[in-house]
Amino acid sequence: MLSVEQLVVTRGSLRIGPVSFSLGDRAYAVLMGPTGLGKTSVLEAVAGLVPATSGSIRLGPLDLTSLPPWKRGLGYVPQDGALFPGLSVEENLGFALGLRHVPAAEKKARVASMAEKLGVAPLLGRSVHKLSGGERQRVALGRALIFDPPLLLLDEPLSALDAATHAELCQLLRSLHAERPMAVLHVTHSAGEAAALATTTLHLPELLAHGRA
Amino acid sequence: MFAASSLTILLAYAALLASLLLATASRGSWDSAVSALSSPEIVHSLVFSVLSCGLATLLSLWVATPAAYFLARHQFRGKALLEIILDLPVVLPPLVLGLGLLLLFQTPPGRFVENTLGWRFTYEPSGVVLAQFTVACAFALRSLRATFDELPARPEQVALTLGATPGQVFFQVVLPSSKAGLAHAAGVAWARSLGEFGPILVFAGATRLKTEVLPTTVFLELSVGNLQTAATVSLLLVLCAAAVLLMLRVFSSRPHPV
Repeated sequence: MLSVEQLVVTRGSLRIGPVSFSLGDRAYAVLMGPTGLGKTSVLEAVAGLVPATSGSIRLGPLDLTSLPPWKRGLGYVPQDGALFPGLSVEENLGFALGLRHVPAAEKKARVASMAEKLGVAPLLGRSVHKLSGGERQRVALGRALIFDPPLLLLDEPLSALDAATHAELCQLLRSLHAERPMAVLHVTHSAGEAAALATTTLHLPELLAHGRA
Repeated sequence: MFAASSLTILLAYAALLASLLLATASRGSWDSAVSALSSPEIVHSLVFSVLSCGLATLLSLWVATPAAYFLARHQFRGKALLEIILDLPVVLPPLVLGLGLLLLFQTPPGRFVENTLGWRFTYEPSGVVLAQFTVACAFALRSLRATFDELPARPEQVALTLGATPGQVFFQVVLPSSKAGLAHAAGVAWARSLGEFGPILVFAGATRLKTEVLPTTVFLELSVGNLQTAATVSLLLVLCAAAVLLMLRVFSSRPHPV
């Protein structure tokens, strides 16, 4: 269970919070709000990419608040996918497994299985420069999920896609969430995405006004 | 009209450079090339140039790569001043740099390095490498800084969330994404090292079969009036420089990171 208590994040002169909310182990929460209010900052604080000025972030019994991002064990997909440009699709997908010293044969099998599930198996040897927007997001999702994180953080992952790809990836996110024991915190400003995916909707303006969801 | 004027200026400059090359080539000959390459002094100079430039390039990349990455990713008080200091070898007259190195090893820390630690640089072959490194590293740093500035930081943040420490991010994400930039910086550092003359002459001297590199050979041959050999060695330098330019062109035409 993710529990965010009285979280305050400071970005330059902007102070966001305090914000409190919690998510169940299998929740698909969509965090919504107008642009510029601080949705991404809250998500990045949970990921450990920006420090919490005050408050706490807990995942089950683990206090994440002061842990560096590499010790949190969370999956994270930013808006543009942010694939590693010097690596192939296969190397991107297997990156987290390499860090965890997964044996080569097992790593290869898990990458192949993930690529099959995401529909990118024919692209494994390809450079990430040659992928379409939808393919990039599929690879980014697979890279974040391959080590089975208990929480997946998505920062507007569907916002730059055409309507058909958007619908395909919505379906993919639904099925990935259904078959994995994980919670999802998905930032978007799209009410349609929230309606299609969310089991819980968090409105940041309300969180900021009331302090708790 | 403007395009025609620009083209005229461009062609005039290209003609000047081509004329320089032709004038130098006209003083050389196949016989003088064979004669030069059978001279032990010039062979030593050629081999030592290649080795010292290679070593200076490796040292430059070793220092400039992490330094440029740090500068590209961090803001801190005094950064502008530090950047000015790091750029000094780019703008300083080469002789001033050589004099600076010579004087540095007259100070107590310099004497400690040479006399107590026994690492001798002044008028030694290692001094040639140090003089080349001092200039080449500044150019490599500039080149790599541009590479890392262009590289988006977001993939590095994603790598952190996937479990990579900052060191693993640097070696497993940043460096593989910067291959073209690293190759470019290596080419620039090598070319700068090859062309270095002033600091080497002042700091390491021009001792034959010891601290002589190709530009020094040109100087030494000219000083004894041997214009033909000087021209031949100059052409050798031109060939080396052209090879580096060709390598830079090949790497810079490869796709850039997104």
